Amino acid sequence: MTDYTDKIKEIAKRVLTEGKVEMVIGFRKGTLPMMNQPHYATSAESANELIWDSNCSLNLANYLTDKKGKIGIVAKGCDSRNIVTHVIENKIKRDQLYIIGVPCTGMLDHYKINSMFDSEILKVEESGDKITITGNGFSETKSKQELLAENCAVCTHRNPVEYDELAGDLVEEQKDVDQYASLTKVESMSADEKWNYFEDLLSSCIRCYACRNACPLCYCPTCFVDESRPQWVGKSQDPTDVKTFHLLRAYHCAGRCTDCGACERACPMGIKVREFTKKLNKDCLELYGWEAGLSLDERPPLDTFKTDDPDEFIK
Amino acid sequence: MKLIKIDRQSLNDGIEKAKSAYRVFGPVKEKNDHEFKLLEKSEMPDLDFQNTRLSPKSIIYPQSQVMFTYSLDESKDDWRIMKEVENVKSPMAIFGVRPCDALAFPIVRRNFDTPDYQDTYWVKAYEATTFVGLACIDACGTCFCTSAGTGPFGEEGLDVLIIADGDDFYAKPITAKGESFIQTAGWTVEAESSVASKIDQLKTAAESSITSSVSTDKLKNKTILELYDAPFWEKEAFSCINCGTCTYVCPTCWCFDVQDETHGKSGIRMRNWDSCMFPLFTHHASGHNPRNVKYERLRQRFMHKLKYYVDKYDNGIQCVGCGRCIRLCPVNIDIRSICNKMNSFDAKNNVCEATSS
Amino acid sequence: MQNPYLPYPVRIDEIITETEDKSLKTFKFVFLNPADEEKFAYESGQFGELSIPGMGEIPIGIASSPMEKGFIKFTVFKTGKVTSYLHAMKVGDIMGIRGPLGKPYPWETLEGKNIIIIGGGFAFTTLRSSIISMLDPDNRSKFKDIHVIYGARSPGMLLYKDELSAWAERDDINMHITIDGTDDPDWKYLTGFVPTITEQKAPPGNEDTYAIVCGPPIMIKFTQPVLDNLGYSHDNIIMSLENRMKCGIGICGRCNIGKDFVCKDGPVFTLSQLNNMPKEY
Repeated sequence: MTDYTDKIKEIAKRVLTEGKVEMVIGFRKGTLPMMNQPHYATSAESANELIWDSNCSLNLANYLTDKKGKIGIVAKGCDSRNIVTHVIENKIKRDQLYIIGVPCTGMLDHYKINSMFDSEILKVEESGDKITITGNGFSETKSKQELLAENCAVCTHRNPVEYDELAGDLVEEQKDVDQYASLTKVESMSADEKWNYFEDLLSSCIRCYACRNACPLCYCPTCFVDESRPQWVGKSQDPTDVKTFHLLRAYHCAGRCTDCGACERACPMGIKVREFTKKLNKDCLELYGWEAGLSLDERPPLDTFKTDDPDEFIK
Repeated sequence: MKLIKIDRQSLNDGIEKAKSAYRVFGPVKEKNDHEFKLLEKSEMPDLDFQNTRLSPKSIIYPQSQVMFTYSLDESKDDWRIMKEVENVKSPMAIFGVRPCDALAFPIVRRNFDTPDYQDTYWVKAYEATTFVGLACIDACGTCFCTSAGTGPFGEEGLDVLIIADGDDFYAKPITAKGESFIQTAGWTVEAESSVASKIDQLKTAAESSITSSVSTDKLKNKTILELYDAPFWEKEAFSCINCGTCTYVCPTCWCFDVQDETHGKSGIRMRNWDSCMFPLFTHHASGHNPRNVKYERLRQRFMHKLKYYVDKYDNGIQCVGCGRCIRLCPVNIDIRSICNKMNSFDAKNNVCEATSS
Repeated sequence: MQNPYLPYPVRIDEIITETEDKSLKTFKFVFLNPADEEKFAYESGQFGELSIPGMGEIPIGIASSPMEKGFIKFTVFKTGKVTSYLHAMKVGDIMGIRGPLGKPYPWETLEGKNIIIIGGGFAFTTLRSSIISMLDPDNRSKFKDIHVIYGARSPGMLLYKDELSAWAERDDINMHITIDGTDDPDWKYLTGFVPTITEQKAPPGNEDTYAIVCGPPIMIKFTQPVLDNLGYSHDNIIMSLENRMKCGIGICGRCNIGKDFVCKDGPVFTLSQLNNMPKEY
């Protein structure tokens, strides 16, 4: 990953010095293992802080919403798809951006890794496809593939779809992965089982809205949960209100979600928020042959209308 | 110093006995993490934890709490008259509170129990509760309690401190409430006097296992406006997504919202935790928002904990060094580095001497 | 322990539509339990939380004066969810009030001084309370000259019109009622913005003269330099602030400006105090 980091720094310094952009948005090393922090560089000096490794799972498109000026941005596959979605939805203009594309080999699942060890992890290092995890009195090396975040393990768009320059050679896309395998279990449940499953899934939600706020799609000036006139959703920990939030948010992302996993990564309670969005992604693929953010020229299926729409009600 | 010796079996027996007089809460493993829960009959706390994911604040101050009920039925005599809901039914005990979390209660008390007003719900729950602490032997890398007013064996806010030494436990009563918990639990064996020096050793070892710290000595010397106008807020807030994680996991965050919920002809007035990170928190009905952009909200959180509280109460910072906000922040905003920046900020030269923890 | 969140039950006794656009109504409340009226002992400048079960609460300055007995009055601008509902309520309806909350104007300091009241728009409610209190025969001798500068957009937008005209007739208070503009040929008072009228009519500042200023931010912004020019010390300029509030007693945490809560440490602050506080209001 050091070669990616060096290249990102080199490009960032160049575009900043040439005045092509006013800032470059990327990641810098965080203060905890498996945690990098979104960061913006405005000078060659601050560009030196930029890094790249397998802990850059947050989606940087989230930091572009309604930004003014010329911006450089480091983008892995999913980030670039959300940049495309942002451009389509007029949240940023393509010509404002200098996209530093990073072909991605997947990000680590910090929850999975933490749960593998009884005591605190103090250091996580990577070398090629090997990850070494160290804590008080233990040190283990594992292959990166088995530690990948679930969305990364089934990702078929690791290469950026839109970029101005690449920070590394394009990688081979994963083939023969069943993107929606995780859904089979829930899909086969009875209605009652599903109800109980989701109830348990969301039982620890504290309504901090980290999932929503980490999501580049959730840029509404006032989210429906925050509306007071009319107030659509109660504000308490009532399970119905909690479920309403998660389900409606998922539907609001239908046909727009790139399965970047930022919601799950951000959740402080380790809730598998993607269980909802993933199902809608599958529906969009099956119903409309659609995957979000692959082209600047096509609008998502749920915000387009065609005269040959197969449904009667809309005509 | 009086110390009671308890072996593993008597510890469990004592907790079980205590349940006859108290609703006993303790850490249990839920999915991947430990959380405080009401212990059912014969259920024991799981003491194999560093700290719980969420602090025990919700036992005294639930995330959603009903304050009043009301009727909207015009034919009733009590139409539209608020009726208070009693929130405390019996004594409670929280077993296994870490000293950092224990210190949070006296800190929060300064807000809820003032000479002018008592928040009856909080005060009643607090007064009905016995805090049975568990000393830390094994600190996390994000713990900085020793520079935040307490330590792994800290006693402030506790009624009893329990120290684990392998399969043996020592209980140190701190208050009369603590004495009566020990009595109810039936723990009577006084430890030999030699144990005291052993505990001192454990304490010293635990303190030295804490590797991170904050500097707070110079926060008082600066004016509110100097720190408020410091140049670093916007940069520090860049990654912030304005979620409520830091405030909800924090044992010392106390802000709440009040909401009415009506179902048919009756309803409740309740309060819910709120967060200064949310734009709605300060949004005026007119549309004006005094903290309209995200860095202003991040600044409010840190200014509150590390300056406004410091100036208002002259009793340290509104942070106990538990490290939860550091561990759980989705975007790695680290109170240690922000605290050190604030502490070392030199308003005359507009620079921070320290840049990280 | 007294539950500070428990409202006193009250009955709406009278509703007066104050302004031509009907956006402001004055509600006169009577306590259901007469003993509550004694507990609600207040001074001008304080506020109450009007509490409507099912809707919520809203902090509103008390418009009546402690010299008026048997009721309390609030003038409410229709803006959000609670106030809109309140505007649709009827005489006889039951609701709740909590209070009195916040600090009043500093009446001990103001005693023996010249007082100039400067108000704009609908922020005249606690100022009405103050005028009624000061003009009370028991109190008038405690103050030297009293000036009132009160402005609204148009004649129809002035609050308490009958009282204003009555005060204008008196010789123990100098009324300067002004409007931004009007077509009404019978308009007999002033025309012009509050800052301009202040410049023309306000007495010069000295240590025995205090200005109480309440109004929209824009009025305050342009009035302050006028008072500076007139020689008012910032210790002698008293203002009343608003912020989003819930508990009203300094506990829920949202209305702070620096370390002070608008609800409990305010809403009344001197300009000197505000100069040392963040501009978060």
